[in-house]
Amino acid sequence: MSATTAGEAPKGIYHLAGSLRKERRWALLTAYISLVIAAIIFMAPPFYMFITSLKGSGEIASQIGSPWLVRDPTLENYTAIIFNPLFQRFMFNSIVITLFVVALTMVISILAAFALARMRFFGSQVLATGVFLTYLVPDTLLFIPLYQIVGGLGLLNSIWGLILVYPTLTVPFCTWIMIGYFTSIPKELDEAALIDGASWSQMLLRIFIPVALPGIIAATIFAFTVSWAAFVYPTAFVTTPDQMPLTIGVVSQLVRADTFAWGQIMAGALVAALPPVVIYAFLMDYYIAGLTAGATKG
Amino acid sequence: MAEVSVRKVVKAYEGNVQAVKGIDLEIADHEFVVLVGPSGCGKSTTLRMIAGLEEITSGEIAIGGTVVNDIPPRDRDIAMVFQNYALYPHMSVYENMAFGLTLRKFPKAEIAKRVNNAARILDIEPLLERKPKALSGGQRQRVAMGRAIVRDPKVFLFDEPLSNLDAKLRVQMRTEIKKVHQKVRTTTVYVTHDQVEAMTLADRVVVMNHGIIEQVGPPQELYHHPRTRFVAGFIGSPAMNFFPARMENGSGALRLNLPNGIVLPVPADRTARYQGAAGREVLFGIRPEHLTEPKNLERDNIAVFDVTPEVIEPMGMETLVHFWMQGAEICARIDPTTPAEPGVPMPLAADLNHMHVIDPESGMVL
Repeated sequence: MSATTAGEAPKGIYHLAGSLRKERRWALLTAYISLVIAAIIFMAPPFYMFITSLKGSGEIASQIGSPWLVRDPTLENYTAIIFNPLFQRFMFNSIVITLFVVALTMVISILAAFALARMRFFGSQVLATGVFLTYLVPDTLLFIPLYQIVGGLGLLNSIWGLILVYPTLTVPFCTWIMIGYFTSIPKELDEAALIDGASWSQMLLRIFIPVALPGIIAATIFAFTVSWAAFVYPTAFVTTPDQMPLTIGVVSQLVRADTFAWGQIMAGALVAALPPVVIYAFLMDYYIAGLTAGATKG
Repeated sequence: MAEVSVRKVVKAYEGNVQAVKGIDLEIADHEFVVLVGPSGCGKSTTLRMIAGLEEITSGEIAIGGTVVNDIPPRDRDIAMVFQNYALYPHMSVYENMAFGLTLRKFPKAEIAKRVNNAARILDIEPLLERKPKALSGGQRQRVAMGRAIVRDPKVFLFDEPLSNLDAKLRVQMRTEIKKVHQKVRTTTVYVTHDQVEAMTLADRVVVMNHGIIEQVGPPQELYHHPRTRFVAGFIGSPAMNFFPARMENGSGALRLNLPNGIVLPVPADRTARYQGAAGREVLFGIRPEHLTEPKNLERDNIAVFDVTPEVIEPMGMETLVHFWMQGAEICARIDPTTPAEPGVPMPLAADLNHMHVIDPESGMVL
């Protein structure tokens, strides 16, 4: 006891605590340094896009001074982009495609995950693993056979063709996320609902969906991101500007003859990137929060 | 309200593992029956079969005279309380209790009346607007019971409802459950592994082991007249003491010879009962309270012998004395005022009016 108050050197546990504090400091330092490096790597391209989008085409072409600085900021690229009817069309296409894809994905994956997680039937385990494996096949490999299928359906060069094929990217992973969430819901909860008189559909709508809301939001964000940012499929399946989503519209149509309108391309890309940022910002808390707390002991 | 009949019910899992091996049980209307046994004895499976959460492999279960084998849980008119409460986390206490009635399309006023009534019985009226996560374990358990009460079902099913509570709360809720049953009088099937819970709550206790029913009876009958060695050892805490012994016929009376030389005369009124075991190895069983200091036992059929205590456990109202005899740990109950010390020999007396003799082969109490 006296060791702490008197002038003696601290011993035993106190010595250990000191070294623990030191270790903690080192861990924090390492963490901060790695995070700062990672942040710089990931933030540099958007920052460069932002800087470039504020420059006039003359300034971009001049190559004088540091390219990281703006000498003569202007919003002309943004006004040009936003009032460009073609860009408005791309935006509209992207929104329509994404809304349909997210809705379609969530309906399919929630129903599939509920069945795979809760209704024990022959082959459900194999199916669940199979669903995940399909996610591992890259879209760069799939677009050739899918081209045949979409072509056969007469949906080439149409946003409806895209709405049909995007779920091949989103459904497997979303189903996998939802299986995980549904599995984490205690079995007694459905048994209680069964005894309370719920049918399977009531159980899904009134118990599973509200309780698994964080998982559903996570899956929705994923489906949204994939659909909004898809590049390979629209490049392959869409040829005319009126059917293009933002991702390929901005890079293919804002090129006049051989000149790249870099300022406009950057402004367009930034505006296109805005919706996912807004959605992440608003739903992040939901994404992390767990609603299952209090269902059972603990 | 209704009676429950379980007839020759078998539950087999894949690989022909039988969890329940053909049990018969008749539960009367208003009765409180407790299924008790060690884990894996089939008690929970039996309850879940009554609930309809497990399919019956063969046999028949009837509730209120109707065979329910193929009736889904929601149409069996039962309510169940789970060990981990299973409250819906996104609903308030009120919504949790009202959920079953809402699904059954009860009018709003009737739901409100029933929920408020149940809340009053369980003393949870101030909690109705709260979410489950804002409740303590005991409060959650009350809500789970409230959810069962509002439905006014034919049968209440409880699956180890107190196992997640701390010791003090468990005793409190035990009384609560008994109080609620005395008020609502609904036929109740209650599963527990805790024999104290079984003894205190039950009108009749069903002791299960390895998928069969060992014995069914009122708590006192099970305690004083166990029919098998398993029941004798399972019911009662501390457990009954067992010693191997040999039943001998001598000079017109039976006596039990313990291998260490102690001879216990069998009371005359039991001679006829044990005659068949004469000349055979048996198991002699006696409860700790019938193994006590001689001054407490001043009547016939007492055998006094000296033992050397190893451990003394003062419990307050009594003192437990542990000693070893023929490789078995034996427990005796003595008065807390009697001096006892580990390693110091002391006389103990066995009250042979309460002896049990077990056939070691069949495990049956003779």
